[in-house]
Formats: sequence, C-alpha cells, structure tokens
Amino acid sequence: MTQITYIEASGQTTTIDLAEGWSLMQGATTHGVDGIIGECGGSCACATCHCYVDEARLGDLPPPSEGELAMLENVASERRPNSRLACQLKASTALEGLVVHLPETQE
Amino acid sequence: MTATATEGDIVIIGAGQAGVQAAEALRAGGFTGSITLMGNEPHGPYHRPPLSKAWLAGEMDAAQLVMRAPEMLARKGITLRTDTTVTAIDRATQTVHLADGSALPYTGLVLATGATPRNLPLPGGNAPGVLALRGRDDASAIADRMAWCIEQQQPMVVIGGGFIGLEVAATARKKGLTVTVLEAAPRLLGRVLAPVLSDWYAELHRSHGVQLVLGAQIAALETGADGTVAGVRLADGTVLPAGLVVVGIGVVANDELARAAGLDCDRGIVVDACGRTSDPRIVAAGDCTARRLSDGSLLRLESVQNATEQGKSAAAALLGQDRPFTATPWFWSDQYDKKLQMAGLSTGADRWAVRGPMGGDMAAGSFSVYHFKGERLLAVDSVSATKDHLQARKLLDAGVSPSPAQAADAGFDLASLLSA
Repeated sequence: MTQITYIEASGQTTTIDLAEGWSLMQGATTHGVDGIIGECGGSCACATCHCYVDEARLGDLPPPSEGELAMLENVASERRPNSRLACQLKASTALEGLVVHLPETQE
Repeated sequence: MTATATEGDIVIIGAGQAGVQAAEALRAGGFTGSITLMGNEPHGPYHRPPLSKAWLAGEMDAAQLVMRAPEMLARKGITLRTDTTVTAIDRATQTVHLADGSALPYTGLVLATGATPRNLPLPGGNAPGVLALRGRDDASAIADRMAWCIEQQQPMVVIGGGFIGLEVAATARKKGLTVTVLEAAPRLLGRVLAPVLSDWYAELHRSHGVQLVLGAQIAALETGADGTVAGVRLADGTVLPAGLVVVGIGVVANDELARAAGLDCDRGIVVDACGRTSDPRIVAAGDCTARRLSDGSLLRLESVQNATEQGKSAAAALLGQDRPFTATPWFWSDQYDKKLQMAGLSTGADRWAVRGPMGGDMAAGSFSVYHFKGERLLAVDSVSATKDHLQARKLLDAGVSPSPAQAADAGFDLASLLSA
C-alpha cells in the first residue's frame, strides 16, 4: 500500500492507501476524489486527469513518456513543470507519501 | 422548448459514459432538482476502454474499472439505480415505466442507452462460445473462455477486423492464444483508415503471430457434440477450429424505447447538435444517437468523446441552453504497444499523405496519415505520434488545411499554419 494525498482546488484533502500498481487516476475516481475525470479510462488519450505533483518528489517518479508529454500540452488548466497525468503514475514504494494538487478544471 | 429548468425531476436512462456526464453536467450547470441515473447492469458506472485490453488480459481488478465512486455520485445528489430496466416511456404523462412494475415521473429525460453488438446472422451464430464484447460481463466471459482455450490448447477466431476485434486479437496474442482474424472486406478497418495504414496494421498483427484472412466469406459456425462452438467454416469449405469465437461486426443503437415512444429515430435516436430529440423534454447522448448535421445527413459516432460531449450538450439543453457539439471527432485504439489516434472523419477522402517514418522497423514506427479530399484536409490518423494528433485536432477545428505536400514534408512546420 502506498499513501497518496490529493488536494483539490477547493482545498478538500483526501488521503488514501493505494494498492501497488494502481494508477493515481484510479485511486482518485474510486475514492470519490473530485477533480480527476479520467475520461478515457487511463489510456493516456484525454488529458482529464491532470495533476501537480509535489516538486520535491519529482525525482521519485518515472519520467513521462513522449505520449504523456504531448498530452500534457493539451491540459485545460495551466501546465507547470510539475504537471503529470495521474493515469500514468502507478503506486509503488517510491511514491509513498506523495502529495498531488488537482487543478481548477480538467475540461 | 421548456422554460429554463433548474428544478424538477430528471431521469437518465443509461449509466455509462454519456449518462454519467449528463448527470454531472446538470449539477455543474445549476440544476437543483432530483437526478436519477439508471443502468440495467449490476455494476455502477465503469470505464469501458480497458475492457478489450487490460481488463480482458486480467491485469485489472473490478475496483480499478470504476468510473465514479458511488459516494461521489451521492455527494452530488445523483441517485444511482443499478439493475434497473426501463420498459416504456410515456411521453403524454412524462413517466418512465420500469421492469419491476413501478413508474417514475420526469420533467426532463436523458436517453443514454448505448448500443448492442450486431449478431452474426449465420447458422451457429448464437452457440455457446460465440461471444461479443460490449459490457464488463461480456469481457469477463471472453476472458474466462480465453483461459479455457489456453488450458485446452484451443485456438480462437475473431470475426471482424474492426477496432474491437483487433484489440481483442492483440490481447489474446499477448496471453499466448492462437488467433485468426476473419475480415470480410479486402482490408482491415477499411471504412476508417487509409489503405496504406490498413496494410500497416495487417502487418503489425501478422508480425505478432495473428493469422489474417481478408475477404473472408463465412458459411457457418460449427458446433461440437455439446452444442458449443467448435470452429468456423468458410465458404470454400475450409474449417478453422475454434474454442472461442469473438464477433466484432459493429453495433446497433439501442433506440427501441425511443422508437416505441414515437421519437424520431433512424438507425439511432435522431438528435440535433445540442442533443435534442423530437420531444423538447427528451434529450439523448452517446452511442444511441444519430446526429442530424446541417446538410441533413445523419452522423453516428461511437466514442468516448462523443458520449461526453453529447452528455454535456444534452444537460445544457435541459437547462434551456444551446451547447452544440461541433468539435472535431477524435478516437483512439491501443493494439500491442501502438497507440492509434484519429482526428476528423475520413469519409470521402481521395488522397493521402504520410508524415514520419512508416516503413522499416515497425516497432519504431511513429507517423501520421493525412486524409484529403482534393486539397482539403478531412482527417489525420497518427500512430505513436500524439503531437501530430493534437495538432491535427487544432487544424481541423480551425478549418485550416495544409497541402498534401506540406503534410508529407516533415520539415514543414504545420503549426505555422495555425498562427498565420
């Protein structure tokens, strides 16, 4: 289990324990975290699971694929250096305690 | 049109992508009345795209497929009713009748009833072991039968070289099954892709060990002593043994309720760009619809984007607002490690231009095929080239066409056409 904290734009904070291999998008949608849509079901095709990861932890994450980098150019809210797609981030010990902020809007 | 209605009772038939989107868009749009989201499956809203891929491969558990947690819907005041079948819509009394004999009044109704896989109209087409993929339970049944085939060393046959069939074939190969794909047309995905890309996908599947039969004519499905499917007999007499036959030959819109209620239907529930049906209190969204275009023709789309965009338009229409869905259609298909992303509609294309490396090493393939009618860009299909795809959506949305020569020239910056 990997502890992940989601902070929505409203400030609403949800901390969950995510099973190994689950994506952060799946964690959000199954735990009732609003602010992640995941329209395409995790196929890296819609850019509606945009999140901002804790900058200090960027180095703990596997780098984005070319496909994810391209989709990040299409997010509805501001793209920042710490922007990622939650469907491409899978729970693992490296992510333990990660905090992600969710943008104002996904569409 | 009804008066702007932020109060009342809205009933949504269908708890898939379009239905959920409509429900959430109603709340986001300020609707304060009741929203009842009804689905006829035992499951709450779930993601369909993984069904032919990770779910079928057994790489996901049910909880990972959940689209919206029930508590999230409850928090938004959306009442979810699973296992609920609607038997009739009474437009005169504005009531829907349910299979359990009860009735539910509505001030606004959203039809998001989806579509049903087309049946194989051949002898043996309904035998056990002949399966189609639509919902979660369908995919689970295919996965179970695939496991049986692996255990019994039985091959599998896929009928239909469309997206569903090819995605299932790719997953089955990944699991180690022996797979034959039968396609009636002379090429794969012939109604969508340019010939050059159909050939590329045929080669991709062959390189992964799929046996492809193009121009296949099927006479019948053969069954074993217990009535279960045992093989596929072709018109030339060849029999392909099969412990599992997956049929992916298209879908039929679920418009029976709408037709019975007297709504305008034509191979789908006819809607305008804002999701309105011929009854001002009823809107429709997603796979069940046929959209009337400005030239009078009807457009049927089966896609996540269409479901979400029409869901939003339908919700807005019930709130008395015009929110036409006119954006460029886009689609995607994941097969093996290749992501195909399509923008626009290629119907009527008469020439094509390829951008990026297509030949040689398939694994390294990253390219796009641009469809033109004369000099006008109609659609772009990108393989492992998401940047091209997103740019294509912008070009098509803006109505900007590169020339075929510019599209084929990787040194030409297509983005420069947008800033001009």
